Amino acid sequence: MNKIEVRNFSFFYGDFRALKNLNLPIRKNKITALIGPSGCGKSTFLRSLNRMNDTISGTRAEGEMLMDGKNIYDPDVDVVELRQRVGMVFQRPNPFPQSIFDNVAFGPRVLSTASNGDLDQIVQESLERAALWNDVKHRLTDSAFALNPGQQQRLCIARAIAVKPEVILMDEPASALDPVATLKIEELMRVLAVDYTIVVVTHNMQQAARVSHFTGFFWLGELVEFGVTSDLFSNPQKELTESYITGRRG
Amino acid sequence: MTRQQSHKLAKMLITVISALVVVPIVFVILFVFYHGVSALSWEFLTAPPTNGMTEGGIGPALLGTVILTFLTAIVAMPFGVAAAIYLAEYAGDNRLTRWVRLAIVNLAGIPSVVYGLFGLGVFVLFFGFGTSIIAGGLTLGIMTLPVVISTSEEAILSVPQHFRTVSLSLGATQWQTIRHQVLPHALPGILTGVILGLGRAAGETAPILFTVAAFYLPELPKSIFDQTMALPYHLYVIATQVPGMPLEIQYGTALVLLLIVLSLTLVATPVRTSMRRRREW
Ligand SMILES: Nc1ncnc2c1ncn2[C@@H]1O[C@H](COP(=O)(O)OP(=O)(O)OP(=O)(O)O)[C@@H](O)[C@H]1O
Ligand SMILES: [Mg+2]
Repeated sequence: MNKIEVRNFSFFYGDFRALKNLNLPIRKNKITALIGPSGCGKSTFLRSLNRMNDTISGTRAEGEMLMDGKNIYDPDVDVVELRQRVGMVFQRPNPFPQSIFDNVAFGPRVLSTASNGDLDQIVQESLERAALWNDVKHRLTDSAFALNPGQQQRLCIARAIAVKPEVILMDEPASALDPVATLKIEELMRVLAVDYTIVVVTHNMQQAARVSHFTGFFWLGELVEFGVTSDLFSNPQKELTESYITGRRG
Repeated sequence: MTRQQSHKLAKMLITVISALVVVPIVFVILFVFYHGVSALSWEFLTAPPTNGMTEGGIGPALLGTVILTFLTAIVAMPFGVAAAIYLAEYAGDNRLTRWVRLAIVNLAGIPSVVYGLFGLGVFVLFFGFGTSIIAGGLTLGIMTLPVVISTSEEAILSVPQHFRTVSLSLGATQWQTIRHQVLPHALPGILTGVILGLGRAAGETAPILFTVAAFYLPELPKSIFDQTMALPYHLYVIATQVPGMPLEIQYGTALVLLLIVLSLTLVATPVRTSMRRRREW
């Protein structure tokens, strides 16, 4: 089943067309990886899915992104609500300069989805899901900066989970981490895919091959190829894809 | 000259110039302190002036300045911070906001006597408040606004962009983002600006001259529509208008005013550093 369907989607920074007429499905409860060289529009595409691009002035979107059948670019869409449904994890671990607890509780607090008793519960659940609870359960009031980078990134994942999103976008979530922390994040993604739809941007071809079910290959703002990950890597249909994944281009 | 020598020379020059700036300030403070400290007493701070102001204390003037400074804060802080939030977070960068910013910078440089005349025209005469605490407080507040706006905007802009991005991505509204992730981190800078602005307002004579200050009024004000004495103006009066004024009282009054302004400035520094220390980004 498709959680999101992208149809004839283009995106402009001023006059510059950064995404060109994209068509692709995002499958529900699967991990979709986006690969491609620097500047090809992966982050732009990701930020289009939760309309974070709206915060950049002079930008414009064309075409449709249907989430559960409803175009998220329709004028009657509440962007704030959309962002609650489509969470985001960034490249650098970027916790707020607050306690571990307050970081995770921030979303539920501003959305006032929880009474105070429930808040403890939500924080614990989110940290458990992010595989961080055992590391931090005795020091929830410590500053988030007391954690190592890998833990900080899992805290950011917990923070995103706490608002109960349906889709989680990850923009190179492991690129600032060491190999061990990277593997932990990948493991976590597989577990999370049971309940969430995940879209992940990565520069790391092995990572895409390891964790994702579907892969899209971007090149200069176009989607060159999209398919089941194992097919795309073992038997690419386009020459451009093949030369990129074998490392001859990019 | 080698690079090492020019480095040493530059360092020496800068040290000397800094010293040249600091020495006169320290000298003035010590001079006023030396001549005025013997006048200070509880009596001096609380009692009204008597005998044609040549005896007694500065009670009503001190109280007047405290009230006026308080009013200045009440006027300048909410409006100044609101304007700064608007400029930094909502306004965007277009020609209109650039003009507004330019205007604010220029307003900060306008001589205070102009604000005094503005207050006279608008609050005393047009609104009919008369020469009163409310007219003086509003005038001082408006004079302080540009400083509060500029420093607050700077403090707000110095909060890292990713706090906003993350907050919005979690489904917070723009106002919630500002309220919970921007303002708390901008607060030290905002308070510093407000306090420094108040320090200036507390010491100014010209803005209160036409709007609130009484030449001699030993009774304490009963409402904000009364006149009051105020320290800067009182000092001006006893320094220039009263024959046979004892030097001790003049320097004592100057010292109290100096201490108020200095302590506001000194308070601003620890507020800033102690709140800074909690920052970790
Ligand atoms: N805020 C912006 N304003 C104008 N152009 C932008 C902006 N952000 C990105 N671009 C341009 O859009 C194109 C796509 O950028 P994007 O960041 O989406 O690429 P990317 O695939 O994520 O690259 P990377 O792998 O380096 O992260 C680039 O040419 C970039 O210069
Ligand atoms: Mg990117």
